[in-house]
Amino acid sequence: MQEADRKARVAGGRVQRIAWGVVVLVGALASLLAANIVAAQGGTVTDDQVNAVAKGLNCPVCENVPLDVCETQACVQWRDLIRQKLAAGETPEQVIAYFRATYGDRVLQSPPNTGFAALVWVLPFAGLIAGVVILVVVLRRMTARPAGVEVMTEVPPSADEYRQRLERELERLGK
Amino acid sequence: MVTDIGLIAVLLAFASGIYAIAASVHGARARREDWVTSARNAALIIAPLLTLSALTIIYSNLTGNYRLEYTAHVSSSATPTVLKITALWGGQNGSLLFWSWLMSIFVTGVMLRKWDNNRDLMPYVIAVTEVIQVFFLALVVLFANPFAKLWQTPTGEIGGAVFGASTLFTTLSSIGFGGIAQTLFAPPGSIPFTPADGQGLAPLLRHPGMVAHPPFLYLGFVGFTIPYAFAMAALLTGKTNDAWIRTTRRWTLMAWLFLGIGLLLGMRWAYDVLGWGGYWGWDAVENAALMPWISGTAFLHSVMIQEKRGMLKVWNMFLIILTFAQVILGTFITRTGVISSVHSFARSSIGVPFLAFTGLMLVGSVWLLLTRLDDLKSENKLDSLLSREAAFVAQNALFLIINLAVAIGTYFPIFSELIVNNKITVGAPYYDHVVGPLLAPLILLMGVAPLVSWRAASPQALGRTALTIPGPVTVVALVILFAVGIRNPWALLGMALIVYAGTVTVVEYARGVRARHRSPGEGWPMALWNLIGRNRRRYGGYLVHTGIVLMGVGVIGTHLYQQETQQALSIGQTLAIGNYQVTFRRLELVPSGQSDKKIISARVEVSEGGKPLMTLRPFQEQYTNGERMTPPALMGSMKEDLYVLLGGWEADGSLATFKVFINPLVNWLWLGGIVFILGTLVAAWPNVAEERRAWSVERRAMAPAAVRTR
Repeated sequence: MQEADRKARVAGGRVQRIAWGVVVLVGALASLLAANIVAAQGGTVTDDQVNAVAKGLNCPVCENVPLDVCETQACVQWRDLIRQKLAAGETPEQVIAYFRATYGDRVLQSPPNTGFAALVWVLPFAGLIAGVVILVVVLRRMTARPAGVEVMTEVPPSADEYRQRLERELERLGK
Repeated sequence: MVTDIGLIAVLLAFASGIYAIAASVHGARARREDWVTSARNAALIIAPLLTLSALTIIYSNLTGNYRLEYTAHVSSSATPTVLKITALWGGQNGSLLFWSWLMSIFVTGVMLRKWDNNRDLMPYVIAVTEVIQVFFLALVVLFANPFAKLWQTPTGEIGGAVFGASTLFTTLSSIGFGGIAQTLFAPPGSIPFTPADGQGLAPLLRHPGMVAHPPFLYLGFVGFTIPYAFAMAALLTGKTNDAWIRTTRRWTLMAWLFLGIGLLLGMRWAYDVLGWGGYWGWDAVENAALMPWISGTAFLHSVMIQEKRGMLKVWNMFLIILTFAQVILGTFITRTGVISSVHSFARSSIGVPFLAFTGLMLVGSVWLLLTRLDDLKSENKLDSLLSREAAFVAQNALFLIINLAVAIGTYFPIFSELIVNNKITVGAPYYDHVVGPLLAPLILLMGVAPLVSWRAASPQALGRTALTIPGPVTVVALVILFAVGIRNPWALLGMALIVYAGTVTVVEYARGVRARHRSPGEGWPMALWNLIGRNRRRYGGYLVHTGIVLMGVGVIGTHLYQQETQQALSIGQTLAIGNYQVTFRRLELVPSGQSDKKIISARVEVSEGGKPLMTLRPFQEQYTNGERMTPPALMGSMKEDLYVLLGGWEADGSLATFKVFINPLVNWLWLGGIVFILGTLVAAWPNVAEERRAWSVERRAMAPAAVRTR
């Protein structure tokens, strides 16, 4: 009996400890979250945070220059806009979505994976697969014996005269 | 005017080119040696003529002859003398003349070499090279003439034209030759116009890297016309043995080297001038120069199979056609930047002629290739899938897939705009995701392929050489990398492959040197020297591989481990990045020595863990035309570069914004570039004895073996 009692007490203590843990954890998370929101609303957005978002966007006036490294006036203004939006509590995704909705797909560094533009992601892999298939077919057609037959059983003399000589010399010297 | 002499020289060169085509074709068909000689002489006169006309453009730039449209565009009184000279290739029209000039020099080199081995090919080589030469000269004369002068129309517009006001302007325009009309004639009633000063070269183009970059790129582009011309001559004559490959091997290698140097200089320029912390932006213009290099690399490898084994003949023809087509497109894109938009294509005067020529060249070459398919049958079969031949074929396939991926990224925006009217941007993330992974098998092949013997390799022997030393070395390297905290799987995979390929190369060198050192009793340095000297192609190639391996280290470091921060600092304030602290000390105005720019420089102190290291002075150049340049201040070592940019500042100098990057291992990239150049030079260095043997003995020795396998 005593043994069971002790076990129950220990178990009770464990539950209590876990409960406290949960409370502390939730509290910590909540305060972290609150701190985050306060920070975001307080306007302490660093240049690095702005650049991290700008990296995914393009300069509106030049071709193919990421927004985070562009020096034109237009880009400075766009980065300011990003800063304001982040300061207002928008997430990086929301900021990027805003730019895309306002200026079109061309502002994205990485083409979208929807619509016609998705082809740009598909085509290389289609090319890769086609390439591998063609490679296999060509190699089979080029091969003297039907593929699958063990060709290794008898090794023809290496045509690489130089390598052979090297191997011979190495072998001789190794002795 | 001196430039009139230049114009006349270009017109004469143009006429000589046309004559050379006609005379060489006639000479070849009628078997008249005298006509061929005449064609050759006509081709030889082009280089001196174009030299003269290029010199007159330089003279015009130097003397500030702003009546000339081109000089007014690229030169100015404030332009330093060196840049006035290099302004020859600073703008589109001059650079097309420059391209033609370089090409004529290459052609002269071909014409003057011994004809003995290719007597039948030469008339057609002349014809093909001169067709290309004439095309570029036609662009120079009719569409982008650097000798055009400035005119003012009655309505006050300023424009360039070669011959001045003429009613021919209206006549030509009315029958649809508007572009040519504009180049040659000014609208009726126009009067001569001379601006007070020129615009001068764009500031970004004034860097030494940008001065040297285009000539190397062009030399590379131009160089590929030689193997292309020999390939076409081989098809036209039906002499489709490997003579064209042997003859042009060194030309191809040099073209490939120049293109590679051009790319490297462009990378260094981007790193030193553009101030964004990187060296390769996957810009359309960069890609346009990279693509012929990729297919050219495939070509350089696959021709070895044709030389050794008489296989892949059609494939080699295809590769050189593809490479040359990409050269023409590359010239066009680097010159006009039309990829950026369909509209800029419509605006460009040379867009339509270029596209038409590329199309005709492709159709013509491929048709020619198809008519000769019977002559291009492989002499041998593949003996085994585990052979050097098979490895080369796989490597070729990989190169072409990478080429395709880059082409899709480069050209897709055009199709997107044309087809669904949606302008999109294909930026670096695409290439990171698509091209990056394809490099892994390529590096693996680079490591293994040189160990696989021709014909058929025995798995046991291959396993022995491929694993005995490189295997454990790679494992040890991986353990060390893991121990120092590298966890990124791509970095670990990349480094493993790089260490592996690198070790294979070093072991190959070591085995060769040891064998030489022991048997004839040579000293170690002498053994190495002789090893390379006796087989330049092989060991030059290994050196190139070593260069690529070193560059790979740099790419992985900068790509996966770059750090950056941007902060505004008041005087005395410090920012931290990595282990470094960067403290802003003061801002100062530095005399620039040029009237059209001022330089604002910041003084920052760099320390590591409180220990002062050095003072850096990042600066910004501001030009009166509103352009700005922010080159980085660098503190470099083989471990990493600290790359500091001055972004902006308060007018009173109390606050300045800095962007700071840490670029790990970036200097391995540049070191690798130098090794790559050295390796190519070793491989291309002439070796008369080896050549002679290659021409005769080697193929004959291969022949019986080839018969036996059937």
